[in-house]
Amino acid sequence: MIKKIYYQSIFFSFLFFQEAFAAGSGGMPQLNPEFWISQIFWLILTFGTMYVVLSKFILPKISNNLESRKSQILENIEAAEKQREYSEAKLREYDEIILKSKGEAKTMFNQTREKVVKDIVAKKEILDQQIDDEINKAEKEIEVLRVSAPDKINKIAIETSSELLEKLIGSGVNSSSISAIVDDLSRRNEDKYNGN
Amino acid sequence: MAANPMSQFDVYRIGPEIKVGAFDISFTNSSLFMIISTVSILLIFNFGSKRNSVLPNKMQLLAELSYTFVAKMISDTAGSKAKPYFAFIFSLFMFVLFCNMFGMIPYTFTVTSHIIVTFILASFIFIGVTIIGFIKHGFGYLKLFVPSGVPAVLLPLIIVIEIISYLSRPISLSVRLFANMMAGHTMMKVFGGFVISLGLVGGWLPLSFSVALTGLEILVAFLQAYVFAILTCIYLNDALNLHH
Repeated sequence: MIKKIYYQSIFFSFLFFQEAFAAGSGGMPQLNPEFWISQIFWLILTFGTMYVVLSKFILPKISNNLESRKSQILENIEAAEKQREYSEAKLREYDEIILKSKGEAKTMFNQTREKVVKDIVAKKEILDQQIDDEINKAEKEIEVLRVSAPDKINKIAIETSSELLEKLIGSGVNSSSISAIVDDLSRRNEDKYNGN
Repeated sequence: MAANPMSQFDVYRIGPEIKVGAFDISFTNSSLFMIISTVSILLIFNFGSKRNSVLPNKMQLLAELSYTFVAKMISDTAGSKAKPYFAFIFSLFMFVLFCNMFGMIPYTFTVTSHIIVTFILASFIFIGVTIIGFIKHGFGYLKLFVPSGVPAVLLPLIIVIEIISYLSRPISLSVRLFANMMAGHTMMKVFGGFVISLGLVGGWLPLSFSVALTGLEILVAFLQAYVFAILTCIYLNDALNLHH
């Protein structure tokens, strides 16, 4: 309603305008009808030409461009989506491969470790056996030596003491009596060594 | 240029007088600026639509933004039924916009500052819209003058007012554009004259006004083209979708 009143007031004020200005020669050139026909003619000519060229040639091309861009963007988005899915699948595959190979590596490691441990144990056993053998042999030798040592010592003791006595006394001494003494001594010493 | 602020609206003949029968259709400065506006519109939109790259260049962007701007304006105000009239409203908007904008360049002529030009444009719209209305709705289009929900006593008065307002549409449409253009340019001319007459001492104040007015007038030039186009859309909407 207000809008309409506004329009009407413009309309009436325009009428007053015309009365005020049309008469004087210094008035508005717009109200001088000399070139009205010319302006109408050129307006229709230029505007009509522009309308025809725009509507027939240019605007369809622009709308076509916009449409094709829209469809191309949609296509690209679709392609990108497809690529993304593909790459995700690849990533999953990769993860699986990694997981599998990790498991494989673990079992391989375990197997190798077991084998190595077994090897080590076997070698250790052999070595232990060898060491035991050596020890036994050595113990036996020691035993033999231990058994034979006192006799030798006694013999040496008898010889040395008989020689000593010979040099001290000047004459030979009965070796049997010396050996009896040495035996007696060595037996006593033996008792001492053995802690008796 | 004369000191008279109205002399910028003078139409004068360029070249010889051309007469067809009793009618004088000589080439004038007004015709010149109509041709300049049309040719620049056609050039810009021709270059803007030539290549179709996914990433548009400046010209293409300009053309496509204008296209979508007008398309959105039409679909917002007149709905999807107005699509066949897109080319006309687009041409109208661009023509008025370019004429207004070329008028902002000093020493040029503003085509749309002449009542006869805007009146003819508005008459096109008025006659076209009326014809479309009658084709779409037959005599049912006359229901436009009978608003629903009005008391029977007031109805004769309302109908008269509605008819007057409908008939004054071309006048209001044309006078709005013409008066805005003329008033703005006259005012700028007056302030420009003040700059000269007040000289180096006092001329700075009107000069600053003039600068500010130039910005305002560029805004008005765009706005009036927009208003012209959007009112066309509203009238078209009345004719296409009859509901009151």
